[in-house]
Amino acid sequence: MSRMALEGVKVIEWGEYVSAPFCARTLADMGADVLKVEHPRGDRSRRHGPFPGDVPHREQSGLYLALNANKRGITLNPSKATGRAILLRLLESADVLVEDQGASFVDGLGLDYVSLKERFPRLIVASLTPYGRTGPYRDYKGHDLSANAAGGISFGNGTPQREPLVVPAAQVSFMAGLGAALATVMALVAREATGRGQLVDVAEAQVVGVLLTGYHLPTYIYKGIPGYRAGNRFRLGLYPNCVLPCKDGYVCINCPQMEQYQRFLALLGNPEWTNNPRYRDRRAMTEQYPDEAEGLIIPWFMEHTKEEIFALCREHRIPCVPVQTIQEVVHDEHLASRSYFQELGHPDAGRLTYPGPPYRFSATPWGLRLPAPTLGQHNREVLCDLLGYIPDDLPRLRAAGVI
Amino acid sequence: MQEGSGPLAGVRVVDFTWALAGPGCTLFLGMLGAEVIKVETAQYPDAMRRGAYSVSGDLDSSPTFNSANLNKLGLRLNLRRPEGVQIIKRLVAVSDVVVENFRLGVMDRIGLGYQVLRQVNPTLVMASSCAFGSTGPWRELAGYANVFNAMSGMGSITGYQDGPPTELRDSIDMRVGTNLTFAVLAALYHRQRTGVGQYIDHAAAEAITRHLGDAVMDYAMNQRVTPRRGNRDPLMAPHGCYPCKENDTWLSLAVGTDDEWRALCLVLGRPDLAADPRFADGAARWAQQAELDSIIGAWTCQRDARQAMQELQEAGVAAIPSFSAKDLFEDPHLRARGVWQDVEHPKLGTTHVQVPPWRLSATPASVRRHGPLLGGDNDYVLCQVLGMGAGEVERLAGQQVFE
Repeated sequence: MSRMALEGVKVIEWGEYVSAPFCARTLADMGADVLKVEHPRGDRSRRHGPFPGDVPHREQSGLYLALNANKRGITLNPSKATGRAILLRLLESADVLVEDQGASFVDGLGLDYVSLKERFPRLIVASLTPYGRTGPYRDYKGHDLSANAAGGISFGNGTPQREPLVVPAAQVSFMAGLGAALATVMALVAREATGRGQLVDVAEAQVVGVLLTGYHLPTYIYKGIPGYRAGNRFRLGLYPNCVLPCKDGYVCINCPQMEQYQRFLALLGNPEWTNNPRYRDRRAMTEQYPDEAEGLIIPWFMEHTKEEIFALCREHRIPCVPVQTIQEVVHDEHLASRSYFQELGHPDAGRLTYPGPPYRFSATPWGLRLPAPTLGQHNREVLCDLLGYIPDDLPRLRAAGVI
Repeated sequence: MQEGSGPLAGVRVVDFTWALAGPGCTLFLGMLGAEVIKVETAQYPDAMRRGAYSVSGDLDSSPTFNSANLNKLGLRLNLRRPEGVQIIKRLVAVSDVVVENFRLGVMDRIGLGYQVLRQVNPTLVMASSCAFGSTGPWRELAGYANVFNAMSGMGSITGYQDGPPTELRDSIDMRVGTNLTFAVLAALYHRQRTGVGQYIDHAAAEAITRHLGDAVMDYAMNQRVTPRRGNRDPLMAPHGCYPCKENDTWLSLAVGTDDEWRALCLVLGRPDLAADPRFADGAARWAQQAELDSIIGAWTCQRDARQAMQELQEAGVAAIPSFSAKDLFEDPHLRARGVWQDVEHPKLGTTHVQVPPWRLSATPASVRRHGPLLGGDNDYVLCQVLGMGAGEVERLAGQQVFE
């Protein structure tokens, strides 16, 4: 196998649920050597599911398995003095610590960045917290839902008469993890030049906040609109640009170029209404009377299935695609031809399909190499082989709640 | 004119990206110190300069374009002229990275595909991002954020439980851009350590599908197709967005533990609920969430969203208003974290832009300049970077190479 892009980078992950584990997983996929340090009660995602047959089992939770492949894992409780000592020994040979523990908590344990920096000047610490390590909300509690709200993303998702909507499946936490992985590699690049590590402070809510810069903020500052929920459509620009129902589901169409729109009208058979000047102003159709405009084209969509529409639109080069269900995505022929989904075995959960690489590098591979660790799977390997404990120490450490 | 600072100081990026996803990547690279030269043609200037995005109709007055292209230098070039293509080759020879997000095949047709550019610069890192990647049956389809979101599977699970999929794009482009940035940085780190450059095939739809962890696992384990769940969580309850006193203001609130539940009951003034066996644990509360939603909604609708947030957070409940763009702009926490920065723009005056949501303590990101005017930096690029004399520039201008 060729050398991987992050080969030799040693990462200690001290976190749970989605954001910190996804950060470390993203690094691991590119070759980093990740050791997951898990509280003896187990990562919260082990209780999340989904489980085969809906029977809860800490080694069979889908969310845990997906987020923790390519890692080794030990149990450790750094709230105990011995646990803390073990963590510090592990950090001696680490390049990166990814943690989501909260500023006040790590300060209380003497594991704050200033102390870590003194002992390990080359260490990069990626800290993921709901609102960041500074500012008035730094100690506020947050879940993925809160990060959606505080990042401004839910206010713009949904319909105007109804409540704002979260973007589902812990998307903001995934984004925060990806952002932290990006910043960690940035810190690695910087370290090559300076020889020194640094603190990466990631505010999960802000990761989505920054993503809205492009649209919402200028709309507020220049047009005074504080944000809006436009349901199935985008409220600016050229018609059509929306999600529409069809015979057996939904499709999404977006035709920014005039030629695309003309080809779409030709596909509809250039109906009579296309001669009406009211329906020639595509911006007004979007911004002033979208219901009316949709009424003109929905009947055609309702006569066809997703598959028929997609085939016709491919042929006529119109950007219009099905809103694919998860089942359709897993069986998508395009993704299959790119070997996107990959299978991996696990001692308790068996062989399962996992999402694959979002990028293909010509020289360095992306790899699904190891299944997620079972709880404490590598305790002996790490504590005895690496840190010099003897096997007889382990029951004592376990009884003391350290591992 | 671009003084070297930041971890990517000395890295030069030739940027062919347009719209938002690609420019998001080069925006982040530029904020980290890279010198980004954005190449545009007069015939097809970036779509974000045009139409509804421009506040006064001209190509240099789009706040959205400005936000997505801060720090970049503007090179206007006619790529239909062989001299234009030649200039790019000279530029790539003295650069480190090329990023582009045209439809598949466009760079090859211009004569600037990876196979050509690697001859010019053998250690080049080049990333091509298109909707569906460079292989597979859908590789040539055009795609925009809502289109690849629909295909990714994410679109089908986003929406109210009883409604159609909502149209989502605000964050989709920048999720793709963040993913692309991670890939480019990993390749740069690899080059830094080995001297080997490479090509990155990046598929926007796959970048979104990558975040579908548990939905894919549920299908793999149980052949179950994840539905739209609105604001509901598979485990947590209460978990929702509740109306507050002012019109269109909302409080997002999630309860993940029994402690949080008891704290919520106290703030609501309902200790009876904490003692009620019908709500005794997470599973029980999940089963009764409709009733809990109405109890909480009755309390929030009497209150100001921020006051409710403070009261609940002081008690340890994860509650935060669903911020609009206006709220984000005025939020004291984001102000305290220095999220907004003022940048002077020759046409727009003082603009308010955002710095990245990840903070590097030793090598912070920086906003040094407004987004480029169309062709605003031709002189710098041609004369300073490529060392052309005034005579050569004039001769090329006479041949419409900069039109």
